[in-house]
Amino acid sequence: MRFEVGAEAAALRDAAAQVLAGQAPVAVLRAGWPGGDPGAPAAAWRRVADTGAVGALVPVAAGGLGLDENAVVPLLEALGYNGLPVPAVETIAIGAPLLAIAGSDRLQGVLDGDCQVAAQLGDSDLLPFGQRAELVILRQQDTLRVYERTDLELTPCVTVDGSRALARVGQLRRGGSTLAATPGVVASAWWRGVLGTSALLVGLAARMLELTVGYVRQREQFGAPVGSFQAIKHALASALVAVEFARPAVLAAGWAQAARVPDAARQTSAAKVLASDAARLVARTAIQCHGAMGYTTEYDLHLFAKRVWALAPSWGDPAWHRARIAESLGV
Amino acid sequence: MDLTWQPSEQSFRTEAREWLAAHVPGPMPSGDTREGFAAHLEWERALFAARWSAVSWPKRFGGRDATLWEWLIFEEEYYRAGAPQRVTQNGIFLLAPTLFEFGTPQQQERLLPRMAAAEDLWCQGWSEPGAGSDLAAVRSRAVRDEAAGGWLLSGQKTWTTRGAFCTHLFGLFRTDPDSARHHGLTYFLLPLDAPGVTVRGFERLDGDEGFAEVFFDRVFVPDQDVVGDVDQGWRVAMATTGSERGLTLRSPGRFMASAQRLVELARQRPSDQLRDRVVQSWIEAQAYQQFTLQQVTGIVDGKPSGPESSLNKIFWSELDVRLQETAMDLLGEHGELDSPWSRGFQFALAGPIYAGTNEVQRNVVAERLLGLPRV
Repeated sequence: MRFEVGAEAAALRDAAAQVLAGQAPVAVLRAGWPGGDPGAPAAAWRRVADTGAVGALVPVAAGGLGLDENAVVPLLEALGYNGLPVPAVETIAIGAPLLAIAGSDRLQGVLDGDCQVAAQLGDSDLLPFGQRAELVILRQQDTLRVYERTDLELTPCVTVDGSRALARVGQLRRGGSTLAATPGVVASAWWRGVLGTSALLVGLAARMLELTVGYVRQREQFGAPVGSFQAIKHALASALVAVEFARPAVLAAGWAQAARVPDAARQTSAAKVLASDAARLVARTAIQCHGAMGYTTEYDLHLFAKRVWALAPSWGDPAWHRARIAESLGV
Repeated sequence: MDLTWQPSEQSFRTEAREWLAAHVPGPMPSGDTREGFAAHLEWERALFAARWSAVSWPKRFGGRDATLWEWLIFEEEYYRAGAPQRVTQNGIFLLAPTLFEFGTPQQQERLLPRMAAAEDLWCQGWSEPGAGSDLAAVRSRAVRDEAAGGWLLSGQKTWTTRGAFCTHLFGLFRTDPDSARHHGLTYFLLPLDAPGVTVRGFERLDGDEGFAEVFFDRVFVPDQDVVGDVDQGWRVAMATTGSERGLTLRSPGRFMASAQRLVELARQRPSDQLRDRVVQSWIEAQAYQQFTLQQVTGIVDGKPSGPESSLNKIFWSELDVRLQETAMDLLGEHGELDSPWSRGFQFALAGPIYAGTNEVQRNVVAERLLGLPRV
């Protein structure tokens, strides 16, 4: 028994976090919004790819790092914390490993960070980053197919988080090739997406909490820092409790997937519920503790809160995951 | 990450499970009543005879030298088996860790084996009428008796759990009359049949005589029953609050077992409206387990758990309240009947209060973990 992020996983996370801190400041996040320069997040993504992060789940023989889900969780938590608007989960946890299995000639571009992958594995017609990602993975019944973005009918959508570059997928599809047709492979891709999204949410929650703690320590009202008031302290303590109990659940779900334990999916559902609920609680608490400052777009907090509101209901919302657990428990 | 158990740990689990399956008694009255306490003592002595009463202690004091991991496994099996509440817990889980850290070898030899054997039964004498959440407001005092080589204790403690049934008390008394707050306090041990001690039991919310107030009128305590240094009692006591808030008092096995029972109740009394809350309790019990595994890995590596124990305390106590409230809702009108569930519900409401209210815990989290300014 050893509940600790392993050395390789920690090294990858730290390398990615260091690159992100240098290459993806908040200005780069804002560049991902309409009217910004989408080249800025794309360039930062290439620098992240230089660490090998995109190939975390790709075998060494195929040019990846040959790691497992244990490494993907901390890495994606760091990406969530940074907030870079790219399809990180879809590219790292789904696109790269499946392209590697398929022996696709597009893999190298993905590993180099030149090619991002969008994916919709659920029943929705909404495709996050569908306006930007070069490759798109879509599920058709029990099969995953990969398309060039240009082969699909994609209609840009206006969204709450403007940096999601979301598109609606139309019926018209040209070309494409089968990426996975084995039910087990398709299902595990879905569960890696759920896991990765949970990790992003934990990272986002940690970032918002950190921003808020910094703010309430220096913001003075009634002649004292507002962070010295118990109402603020208790709200932020509750937020920290939520984050600190979600993080181990996500790490444990990552281990369960890597170890292929029988209830890995159920553990992943639990992790997604905890991470979604924690991130939404922190978003709401953070905005409240910032007062009117938090209710502006000039201040950075909204960039992270809006990402949470997009991710919490995606890859199965908490109600969907609770229902799955209920079924497995027989209640 | 490796969330698997070693073969030695698995065989420890098997041994515990088999012994518990063969020995756990049927339902007995609450250990917080006079008759129930006696029944629980019998069980405690059976546990001791088979060396299960304090598994993590050294063998020479009656334990098994079990690792922290094995202790977690034992707790999981204990609650899964539906074994009785531990009426010895304030001694074994609160005083003993303090004695291991601050006690003299002589105190350890003299006190620990009798504690493990449930011969001496310890209660905690901290709270006073004017010192609840604000423990540093303790006013009960101890005056030096140089000639007799000890101290004379006077004052009053209250809300002392099982104080009316226990034989001994550990508590904080002010030894420096000119001191204030957490300075000048000393940690004392004494038998409750000492001359000058008066114990009056009173009912808790659930109607059991689980509380007592304890009065001290010039009670003599010899120097050998001081734990740690004179006037250093606050530091000694804080070592015990860490235990009480964190791992030692509330292991995840307890909540995993409660969540499992809630799931079984929900299968018997299906409710579409309450299903999500049942699942949520199950999820939270799992989360407490994962958090604990992470925390124990740190402790095994030598990273002490300080203010982090406040995170545990907030989480398990509020998880317990939600879980028990869900059970009460599943029971509907039958919830008002006296039952393990209605007792569990009432007991759960004490969780956010004892061992430092959750309001105090949130202050600790905010100030010591988040770094927010003190007033």
